[in-house]
Amino acid sequence: MTDSAQSVLISGQKEKVRRGLDRRLRSERRFRAYGIVAIVLAVLMLLFLVGTIVSNGYSAFSQTWIEVDVLLDGELIAPDGKTDPETLREDGDFRGALIETLVADYKPEGRAQEDLLVAMFSTDAEWTLQRHVIANPDLIGRKISIWVKSSSDIDQLTKGAVRRDSPESGRRLKDLQLRWYDRMTAENRVETRFNSGFFSSGDSREPEQAGIWGAIVGSFLTMLVTLVLAFPVGLAAAVYLEEFAPKNRLTDLIEVNINNLAAVPSIVFGLLGLAVFLNFFELPRSAPLVGGMVLALMTLPTIIISARASLLAVPPSVREAALGLGASRVQVVSHHVLPLAMPGILTGTIIGMARALGETAPLLMIGMVAFIVDIPGGPTDASTVMPVQIYLWADSPERGFVEKTSGAVMVLLVFLIVMNASAVYLRKKFERRW
Amino acid sequence: MDENIAEAIEAAPAAATSDAVVAETFRVKMTTRNVNVHYAEKHALRDVTLDIGEREVTALIGPSGCGKSTYLRCLNRMNDTIDICRVTGRLELDGQDIYDDSVDVVQLRASIGMVFQKPNPFPKSIFDNVAYGPRVHGLVSDRADLDRLVEQSLRKAGLFDEVKDRLGDPGTSLSGGQQQRLCIARAIAVGPEVILMDEPCSSLDPIATARIEELIDELRQNYTIVIVTHSMQQAARVSQKTAFFHLGDLIEQGETPRIFTNPRDEKTQGYITGRFG
Repeated sequence: MTDSAQSVLISGQKEKVRRGLDRRLRSERRFRAYGIVAIVLAVLMLLFLVGTIVSNGYSAFSQTWIEVDVLLDGELIAPDGKTDPETLREDGDFRGALIETLVADYKPEGRAQEDLLVAMFSTDAEWTLQRHVIANPDLIGRKISIWVKSSSDIDQLTKGAVRRDSPESGRRLKDLQLRWYDRMTAENRVETRFNSGFFSSGDSREPEQAGIWGAIVGSFLTMLVTLVLAFPVGLAAAVYLEEFAPKNRLTDLIEVNINNLAAVPSIVFGLLGLAVFLNFFELPRSAPLVGGMVLALMTLPTIIISARASLLAVPPSVREAALGLGASRVQVVSHHVLPLAMPGILTGTIIGMARALGETAPLLMIGMVAFIVDIPGGPTDASTVMPVQIYLWADSPERGFVEKTSGAVMVLLVFLIVMNASAVYLRKKFERRW
Repeated sequence: MDENIAEAIEAAPAAATSDAVVAETFRVKMTTRNVNVHYAEKHALRDVTLDIGEREVTALIGPSGCGKSTYLRCLNRMNDTIDICRVTGRLELDGQDIYDDSVDVVQLRASIGMVFQKPNPFPKSIFDNVAYGPRVHGLVSDRADLDRLVEQSLRKAGLFDEVKDRLGDPGTSLSGGQQQRLCIARAIAVGPEVILMDEPCSSLDPIATARIEELIDELRQNYTIVIVTHSMQQAARVSQKTAFFHLGDLIEQGETPRIFTNPRDEKTQGYITGRFG
C-alpha cells in the first residue's frame, strides 16, 4: 500500500469516526437527560405524596381543649356523702354536674339547644372531671375551672377545617354553637394542646378520643411473632439449601417454588390463615398470634431468598480455607460463612419485616379488622395493626378521622423509615471486606 | 528459558548436590494408583499413578486445564465438596486408604494442609487466623499454649518478626506476600505432615515469590510438600521431584533436574522449552 492510498484511508476513517462520534455523544447526552428527568419526576411525586400526607395529618397531633367552670354539686357527685374513689366512680353523676353548670353559664333555651351545647364537648369531658375529683375529693361542693376536650366538630373548627360562611343547614355546627364558641374564645377558654391521647389510647368511635397506641402494640406483637417464626426457619432453610443440599431436581423444584411463593398475592396467605389457623386449628380470631403466623408465611420466601443471596456472595475462598484446615461443614458455615453473610441476611429480614408491617389484606381475612378499643395485652388478645387501623379510619365518615388517617400514615411511615434506616446502618456497620 | 532453568537447578542446593542422599533416604509418604476423576461427563484425570516422597517437594507442572490442580485436590479430598466430582482409584497416606469409609475427612485435612492460589486469610485478626485450626481441632488446652503455637507457626512461616506487634490487626490488612505466608502459617499450625500448595505464588510479585520459595525450601526439612506451579523456573528451584501433566494424563515424572535437562517424552520437552502450554 502506497503512502497516499494510506493517507486517503486515514482521512476517510477520521471523517467516519467524527460523524459517528457526534451521534454517540448525542445519544449519551440524551440518555443522561432521560435519567435526570426520571429522577426529578420520582422526587416530585414523592414530595407531593409526603406533602399531602403531612399537610392533612399534622393536625392530628394537636387537640382543642376548652376550659369550663363546674360547680361540683355534692347532691349529684356524692349523693350519700361518701367521697372514696369507689363510690365516686360508681354513683357520681359528673355529666349531670357538668351540664348543670354549662346550662347556667351559657343559658340555652330548651332541650334542643342544651343538646347543642353539650355536643360541643367530648364525651371524654365527664371522665376528665371524674378523674380530677377522685384525685381531689375535697373539691366537692366548690366551683372549679377545668380544661376538657372539645368535641371533634369544635376541634375541626379551631383547626380551620369548617367553613362558617356555608348555609347553616349544611353545617354540623350551628350558628348558636359558633356564637358560644366565639364567646369562649373571647374569654380565652379555648386552647390547642399536643394530642398525647393519640399515642396512648386505642381506637374509638369519637375522633377526638381515637388513638393509635392499640394498633402500635398490635403491630409490635404481630411483628414479634413474625420475626420469631420467620427468621430462624428462613435462615435454616437458606443455609441448608445453599450450603448442604445436593443440587438435584428436588432442590431445583423447591427453589422455584420458593421464588414463586415470594410473588403470591398476600391475600392468599390470609385465606390460608383463615382456612388453616382459624377454621382447622381454631386459634383465636383477630389475634396478633395468628396475624404474625400469616405474615411469617408471607415473609419467609423473602428472607430465604435474601439470605441465600447473601450466603452466595461469601467468596468460596473463605469456605475452602476453612475446609482445608479441617473444619467440618457446620463449622465452616457457623464460624465463617454465616458471620460474613449476616449483614445481608439481617438487611433482607428487616426489609421483609417492613413489608409485613405495612401489610393489610391478609390480616383482614383473619379478623384483625374488628373495632377494638382495648390495648392488647398479649399475642392472643384481639387487636388490630397500624395499616388496618388506617384502613378503618379512612372508612369512617367523620371529618375528624381524615386527619387521624393521615396522622396514622405518618406514624407508620416513621416506623418503616426507622426499620429501613436500621437495615442500612447494620449493613454499613458489619460489612467486612476481604 | 532453558538457561534460566539450568541456573535454577545449579542454584537449588539440595537438588543438584545431594541427589544420591535423597535417593538413599527416599521414603514414600503418599501413593496414588490409577486415580481417575470425572466432573459429570468430563474425564478430567486419567489413570494417574504417582508416589509422593516424604520430606521433599514434588512439583506438578503442565498447561492450564491439564488436571494438576484436580489431582492436588484429590490428595486431601477437597474434591468431595464438589457434587458432580467423582474420584476413583487408590490414594494412600502412609499406607492408609484416604478414601476409605473409616477415614474422617476432617482428620485427614488436619494432617494434609492446603495453601491456595489466591491468599485467602479469614477476615479476622492475624492471631485468630493462625489460631483457628488448633481451636477447631482442640489441639491446645490453654491460652499460653495457643500463644506459643501461634508464634511458632508464624516463625516457621517467616512472618512473626513482621507482624509480632500487630497480631490483632485483620489478616486482610497484610500485603499479598505476607497474606500468603499467613496462610502457610495457618496450615502449619494444625501440625500437618503434608502441605499442598496450589500455585501459591501466582498472585505475588517476584520479591514475595522469592520469599515464599525460600520458605518452601525451609519447610521441606519437616514437611512433605506438593506444589502446583505454572512457573517452570519455580518448579526447578524448589522441587526435588517433578510430574508433568497434559490433558488429564500424567506424562512424565522423575527427579527435577532430570526432567528439565533430559526429558524422555517429547510433550514434556515441548512444554519445558515453551513450545506449547
